[in-house]
Amino acid sequence: MDNYAKNILIVGTGGQGVLLASELLSEAAVASGYDAKKSEVHGMSQRGGVVSSHVRIGKKVYSPIIPYGQADIILSFEQAEGLRALDWLAPSGKIIISTTRLVPPIANFGKFSYPADPAAEIRKKTKNLIVVEADKIALELGNIRLVNTILLAVASPFIGFEKKVWEEAIRKMVKPKFVDLNLKAFARGYELAGSGVGA
Amino acid sequence: MKELLSGNEAVARGAYEAGVKLAAAYPGTPSTEILENIAAHYPSIYAEWSPNEKVAFEVGIGGSMGGGRSLVAMKHVGVNVAADPLMTFAYTGVNAGFVFISADDPEMHSSQNEQDNRFIAKFAQIPFLEPSDSQESKDMVKLALEISEEFDTPVMLRMTTRVSHSKGVVELNDPIEVKHPQFDRNVRKYVMIPGNARLRHHSVLERLARLEEFVENSPLNRIEEYGTELGIITGGISYEYVKEIMPETDVFKIGIGFPLPLKKINKFVEAHKRVLVVEELEPYYEEIIRAAGMNTVEGKKFFGREGELSPHRIALGLHEAGLLDAVPTIGYEPADLFPRPPVLCPGCPHRGLFTILKKLKLTVTGDIGCYTLGTLEPLGALHTCICMGASIGNAIGMEKVNGSDKGIVAVLGDSTFLHSGITGVLDAVYNKSNITTIIADNRITAMTGGQQHPATGYTLMGEKTKAVDFVELVKALGVESVRTIDPLKYEESMQVIKEEVAKPGPSVIITTSPCVLMPRRIMDVPYEVILDECTGCSACFRIGCPAIYPSKELAKGKFPKAEIDPTLCTGCTLCAQICLPEAIVLKQPAVTVK
Repeated sequence: MDNYAKNILIVGTGGQGVLLASELLSEAAVASGYDAKKSEVHGMSQRGGVVSSHVRIGKKVYSPIIPYGQADIILSFEQAEGLRALDWLAPSGKIIISTTRLVPPIANFGKFSYPADPAAEIRKKTKNLIVVEADKIALELGNIRLVNTILLAVASPFIGFEKKVWEEAIRKMVKPKFVDLNLKAFARGYELAGSGVGA
Repeated sequence: MKELLSGNEAVARGAYEAGVKLAAAYPGTPSTEILENIAAHYPSIYAEWSPNEKVAFEVGIGGSMGGGRSLVAMKHVGVNVAADPLMTFAYTGVNAGFVFISADDPEMHSSQNEQDNRFIAKFAQIPFLEPSDSQESKDMVKLALEISEEFDTPVMLRMTTRVSHSKGVVELNDPIEVKHPQFDRNVRKYVMIPGNARLRHHSVLERLARLEEFVENSPLNRIEEYGTELGIITGGISYEYVKEIMPETDVFKIGIGFPLPLKKINKFVEAHKRVLVVEELEPYYEEIIRAAGMNTVEGKKFFGREGELSPHRIALGLHEAGLLDAVPTIGYEPADLFPRPPVLCPGCPHRGLFTILKKLKLTVTGDIGCYTLGTLEPLGALHTCICMGASIGNAIGMEKVNGSDKGIVAVLGDSTFLHSGITGVLDAVYNKSNITTIIADNRITAMTGGQQHPATGYTLMGEKTKAVDFVELVKALGVESVRTIDPLKYEESMQVIKEEVAKPGPSVIITTSPCVLMPRRIMDVPYEVILDECTGCSACFRIGCPAIYPSKELAKGKFPKAEIDPTLCTGCTLCAQICLPEAIVLKQPAVTVK
């Protein structure tokens, strides 16, 4: 336990539940006996812009933001945002992305273009990529906003912590009405992780 | 008991534990959650959203005069609005403790400037405390109130975005009971007519001398010794970054930033071969320390005055100063990607308004709120933004200089209008200005996440209250032409705006469509594009809706047709109204997406 230290960067766009995911993660970390800090920016950036949340877990954490280029895990709820965040990943780090594509209006005019296959571009640079059809699974479960919980569950074996700690965090932090749905989403993601999606 | 709290949540908890009786604020990122948390968790504290920061500050002063510990919270630019009462309250001093939070926003994540409010405390000659994490945020509220009472002064707690919005583990304590005498009519202290104010100014300087002694011995200004030749003077969030990069270097951590403990700092400087100051934004500490004769101290030349610091920037600065051998490296190059600026939400009523203003090619003076995003392409229909309420005065001035033949429209939100727009409209009436003011009333303070205000009918504490009637209000100010529009009705609203802009004299238009996120996300049946009918004209792209994206299917072999993401579309119908070939229709068969 003394040497355990993890930097996890969670990215997505406004409204995708980046903040809830980092909330669950840091609660689970503290419940598992670690010091944790997390940091993000609220306000204007939440209106469809890029949202990122830094979570740092260890014996004693100082900076609430991850030193540049030292994220052990990046979770991206959107394909191209995963590519955008890649420079934060440590060389040995792992990146987990949802197949979700959110093309911003600014890319509709030809001046900027949304990459044809962001996942492929990430894979050109690192083999440590896991692509999850979290948007598809979320819609199957009935709510697109579950992408965050599904991806967190896929990442959970790499983060550590017992399954029940994650479930407790969900019960504590998610609005009561959505607890069951999020537990279901977590179970689906956890299953995926167990089936060797990350191998 | 321990809990994971953000800096803002910790300030709210600190207020509760310190026996605060009254808290007031106007919402503003990154300070908003302080009052939200007080109202949500600590009913023993009277909490209110005031119409603006000046009123909030004055309510807080009243609370302190009346004998209740009081807390007022605002973002950095809110302190500008409250500067008038602040500068004189600094003279009168307090009865019960008074602390105000200045939540600064280095990097301007959600602000129009990145002014460094540490200078404000020095300007007002009042002490300020600066926490580095959530635990200190909580503890310093209580300490600030104690200093306030002991030295008869308002105290500033200076937060920054990274402290306000970072979470860390906080040890909780039980609340204490504090009792203060009620207001006593000590007019020499509280009535600042010149004869009294001259005496109070003298007390301010005496107080400052006592504070200068106090800070020399305060444990909030602490030295962490490891026996290194290098010493670093730092405070606030920068302290955490310094510890991250150089955990075992001698550090002078400043907890009280005004007045500075110059004797103690002097000893620290003399005991080290080299001393650097690491601080975000302006060289505030550095200038004071150098002015006190310690001119070997360095800082800003390595760390810059713009934006937020970070562990990375500090490592680069230390490397440049020759103190860190290796430059920090990264494993992957940054990707060259499209930008993703914030946008108006799908279904946002402001989109209708700006689509019309753009079509009419009007000059639009803007203001502070979600609708400021109307300036971004493809809408591009808002041309100024200075501060809360500025849109109206800006429009008046422009009209006086240029005339209004081409039409000048001021656009500001409901909450912003109540904050600082009423006097602007009064000026337009009084000085016969030929402008049209549009109050984009979405019935909530939206940008900061949905707070009540005097026109919503609810208080911060959830009680029903009287709601301001905008039409009656502006009529009472003397505006003769007042109209309301639903900005999502494109043709109708365009007609009204045309008419009002053409009329001589000041006119006001009030929009009536609520924020699509408040009180809960409005999701009607989504629309879809019939691809066979779409001509690829891109008119719907130009309203800048995140739910509309280019199809892989091309019209005439080169123009991408449009498609609509049903999980994002709220069914606001704006795109359907402007689609010439009428290719945008209700999704068939109608599906409900939760």
